[in-house]
Amino acid sequence: MKLLLAGILFAAGCAALPLFTARTDLLNLGVQIFLAVVLAQSWNLLGGYAGQINLGHAAFFGLGALVTRTLWVAGVPMIVSLSAGALVATAFGCLIGVPAFGLRGAYFAIGTLGLAEILRITIGNLLPEISTIRAAELASYNILPRYYLTLCLAVLCVAVVALLVPSRVGLGIRAVREDEAAAEASGVSAVRHKLLALAISTALAGLAGGAFAYYHVSYYPQHTFSPVWTFDAVLMAFIGGVGTVHGPVLGALFYVILKEVLALRWVEFHLIIFGVLFIVVVLFLPGGLVGAWDRARRLIARSRRPW
Amino acid sequence: MILTQQLILGLLVGGLYGLAAAGLSLTFGVLRVLNVAHGELLMVGGYGTFWLFTLWKIDPFLSLLGVGPAMFVLGLALYGALFRFVVKAHEEARIKNSLLIGFGLTLVLHALAIQLWTADERSVTTAYSGTVMRLGPFAVPLLRLSSLLLAFAILAALHLFLSKTRWGRAIRATAEDWEAAALMGIPVGKTYLLAFALGTALAGIAGGLVSISYSISPSIGMEWTLKALIVVVLAGLGSLFGSFAGGILLGLAEAMSVVFLGGPYREVVGLLLFLIVLLARPQGLFGARA
Repeated sequence: MKLLLAGILFAAGCAALPLFTARTDLLNLGVQIFLAVVLAQSWNLLGGYAGQINLGHAAFFGLGALVTRTLWVAGVPMIVSLSAGALVATAFGCLIGVPAFGLRGAYFAIGTLGLAEILRITIGNLLPEISTIRAAELASYNILPRYYLTLCLAVLCVAVVALLVPSRVGLGIRAVREDEAAAEASGVSAVRHKLLALAISTALAGLAGGAFAYYHVSYYPQHTFSPVWTFDAVLMAFIGGVGTVHGPVLGALFYVILKEVLALRWVEFHLIIFGVLFIVVVLFLPGGLVGAWDRARRLIARSRRPW
Repeated sequence: MILTQQLILGLLVGGLYGLAAAGLSLTFGVLRVLNVAHGELLMVGGYGTFWLFTLWKIDPFLSLLGVGPAMFVLGLALYGALFRFVVKAHEEARIKNSLLIGFGLTLVLHALAIQLWTADERSVTTAYSGTVMRLGPFAVPLLRLSSLLLAFAILAALHLFLSKTRWGRAIRATAEDWEAAALMGIPVGKTYLLAFALGTALAGIAGGLVSISYSISPSIGMEWTLKALIVVVLAGLGSLFGSFAGGILLGLAEAMSVVFLGGPYREVVGLLLFLIVLLARPQGLFGARA
């Protein structure tokens, strides 16, 4: 309940921010944070709740960006382009889902990584030119619609996961993560639940990619397929607390802000800190920062009790 | 003509794929630890050779004698600090957690290499670097040929170690069944440590050879990890010469793709092969044994 309230307050604060400031650097930071939230949370749905380590998340982000950008530059309305991007990403996810879920654990991870790399290299070969938005759009470029679009997506994404998890389907997804055989024996179809988690996860990643395509003025199409998008999502989800709703959100906030602060002096330095933090989380703090905080609070509460 | 020349080059690079894969296959096969930072370790070894040559003019082939042991020690440290905690879990969790740790390590080593050595591409250029052997109409770069032969020699030496020595037999026994090995009095923990350090040393030596005959940069890590994974999937586990042959197979397949599909799709062919084999054996790489 407290978390829900905090989330609503935070989102409302973000929504009100442009009323108080017109500083584009702050608004740009906001866009990056919201995109990061969508990436981390969408990865978390499949990686945290369904237990499938997807190292090809960038492929879906990239597909969403590619389709959205292509349609939008051709003159299709933004919302239609964005939906088409998400649709293509989901369709691709469902297409590869059936064979990919034949692979278990780490094999699913390296298989999806291989697949995403194939897509990245192929896109880089087919579309080597930089993609720039139309001159008319460029002249009237305004950060505000980008800010609100990504904010809406972040809220949507967190809401979807928060509503899904306690539902019957969400329980099924978590049951499959814990023990596939036991879940099957209780009448929970493992493939169907994993596919559903994959479909929602890839749709959200596609939306994030589409929003990126709407936000960024010029980039190489290959860039949106870069494994960096996957790696960022994994880092944020794990460091925040994988398999929780608020963990990836806090992870994304922490990640983007620290990255911005460090980037002033050292470009790649944040990856050293986050890489070490990630290893520590995997080895010793499976709940991430959220889990560590809960544990610390419980310890304090226990030590306060006189008996 | 072009095809044969490409196949020669593919054969030469394939030996290095094999060497890189042998290290990964050793740690994977013995510890059931999937270290996806293997390519990053290779990159670190490459920089070792590069700096020994650049700063102190040490012949790159000679420097492997220093890089190998240094990487062995790094392997001991990495096992002690990180992977030691993973091997306590049962097999599936072990592979998954080691994958995640390797992933974290990949990011750290990559970022560290950029901080320390910049993102520039580098390679060792010796007085004899440009030497080319002529085989009729075909050119065989001497350095790449020596790298291939050296890679083979190292694998042969390792094979002898694994089959003839006490520790080598301990490693093979542990790979086959660690519980039975433990019951027979084999110190499984130490065997794991040794196998992991050997795998790291193999990665380092492969990296040294890469910096001699090709080029290195902080970002080559993932590419080499994928190459090694592809070869391990193609060749299966358990045989060093299988890895070597698998590496050469991958090199030849890439060469064919360069001729028939063009250079840009070179990486795609290996990855496609990888996915096909992976899907054909969904039970994983240990399927044949289980």
